[in-house]
Amino acid sequence: MKDFWAIYRRNKGSIIGLVILVVVLIVALAGPLLMPGDPWEIKARPLLPPSTTFLMGTDVLGRDVLAGVVHGAQVSLLIGLVSTLVAVTLGLLLGAFAGYFGGPVDDIVVRITEFVQTIPSFILAMVLVAVLGPSIGSIVISIAVVTWPPVCRLVRAEFMSLVQREFVEAAVVSGQRTANIIFREILPNALSPIIVMASLMVATAILTESALSFMGLGDPNRISWGYMIGAARSALRQAWWISVFPGAAIFLTVLAINLVGEGLNDALNPRLARRGRV
Amino acid sequence: MSGGLNTARFLGGWLLKSAAVLLAVMTLNFFLLRLAPGDPAVVMAGEAGASDAQFLEQIRKDYGLDRPLPEQLLNYVTNVAKGNLGYSYRNRRPVADMILERLPATMLLTVSAFVLALLLGTALGVLAAAREGRWQDGAITVVALAFYAMPLFWVGLLMILFFSAYLGWFPAFGMASFTVSGNAFARALDTTWHLVLPAFTLGLFYVATYARLARASILEVKHQDFVRTARAKGLPPGRILRAHMLRNALLPVITFAGIQAGQLVGGAVVVETVFAWPGIGRLAFEGLLQRDYNLLMGVFLLSAMMVMVINLMTDLLYRVADPRVRAGA
Repeated sequence: MKDFWAIYRRNKGSIIGLVILVVVLIVALAGPLLMPGDPWEIKARPLLPPSTTFLMGTDVLGRDVLAGVVHGAQVSLLIGLVSTLVAVTLGLLLGAFAGYFGGPVDDIVVRITEFVQTIPSFILAMVLVAVLGPSIGSIVISIAVVTWPPVCRLVRAEFMSLVQREFVEAAVVSGQRTANIIFREILPNALSPIIVMASLMVATAILTESALSFMGLGDPNRISWGYMIGAARSALRQAWWISVFPGAAIFLTVLAINLVGEGLNDALNPRLARRGRV
Repeated sequence: MSGGLNTARFLGGWLLKSAAVLLAVMTLNFFLLRLAPGDPAVVMAGEAGASDAQFLEQIRKDYGLDRPLPEQLLNYVTNVAKGNLGYSYRNRRPVADMILERLPATMLLTVSAFVLALLLGTALGVLAAAREGRWQDGAITVVALAFYAMPLFWVGLLMILFFSAYLGWFPAFGMASFTVSGNAFARALDTTWHLVLPAFTLGLFYVATYARLARASILEVKHQDFVRTARAKGLPPGRILRAHMLRNALLPVITFAGIQAGQLVGGAVVVETVFAWPGIGRLAFEGLLQRDYNLLMGVFLLSAMMVMVINLMTDLLYRVADPRVRAGA
């Protein structure tokens, strides 16, 4: 743990990312306390520019943009985290089984993985949300359905190389249950790259959620950054602040997560950290 | 000797793969429509307010919704093979017609963004590698990181704010001005003028990715023996870069471009929505607003086809850039 922090700390960007991320987390958790009340509520005249009363101005209906940005943090982080969790679980299970068993199971999983990676995933996510009806749940499912393949490929590759190692053979010979071997013996060895990948997936999930909300497919009961930008389009030229601030919130959050992901990569995969990063 | 045979095998493989992908998309579409809550006939009719019993009965009969599922699926696939993508009850037009008239606009946008990203991305990556550790390198890395974190639609809106609303250089909406008429050249120029902001918006994200990729692979070959030998022979640095390093830098970029084709087409949907670009993405947005599922699924199928075409393009590019693949080695 001490080593981990020592290596993580070396990357200045990752420290900045961590600080921004902590601020966003605090805003999301303490949002209702910071900006009490309903963010949908009309507070003043529409399209007021930023001022000391309304730091980020008001939107087309006279709602406080700052209140929306603060409350929107919850939706973005929630969907980013939960959809990544679902996608990682899905990819992990499929990848583990494919890599461990090989043969026809592997063939089928590889085909499905390739298929999902070939098709335009955002359009599939759009169609899925439209069909299921926009809600937090359907957005989470849609994002997870299109983002699990990289995890599956990674886990599969790790398993294929680990399954031939002596400690796995020893576990097999000693008569351990297959599930035990997969989850207790092999998986812990493959965890570091999965953690790094998962951190970057949260960033992608937040971007996808914001794009879905922008297209009018967000949960109608929850204010989100993407929705705010979508609603701001009609007044883009008169009121830049309605679209610029929520967009900056998305940008900073995603940037912070990406930077933290790079730091995690340095600290958890020291072998890879030296090579040219892509 | 076997160059022609290789190409034939390559194209055959591509056709087979495309057919498999499209078949899978059709199956997915088919079951998605039945996943929607409620009667598929009502779903297909959309919220057209036309859901009287007689109309629904008509839809059921047209689509054979009373037949067993496998037969319905077979029906759907046969119909698509004949070019029938279903009917948009909201727009009272066949879906295939609506998509086909919008397809050229999307192709223009996607391919422009793609070429832009490939050229500009590689160039910036080469520059960053050549100036390794200096300010240009740092600047390109930071800009790449930033673009990587910006939502595409937000970049589009910022572009409109700055280049259209503030500077007034480029138009913010649509594909053509009403005022331009007359000769083809003037119209092409007008379209290009409209294309600039959407193409840059869609392309910039990939410029960032490709710049980082090209930079990494140039740095990787920079210290390899063949480059050192070339330098020892006294070849000028520019020549070494062009003849020895660029090819190696391009290959991973092209590979990655192929992998990301689906993302590019998905991004086009968002960019078209922002700039009111009259392509299939814009059509998908309208389909979403109207809950026009036949239209949405037609767009999904066509966009998958576009990905396959872009994949073919990148595979061909790869063969041009890497002689080993062409020789079948």
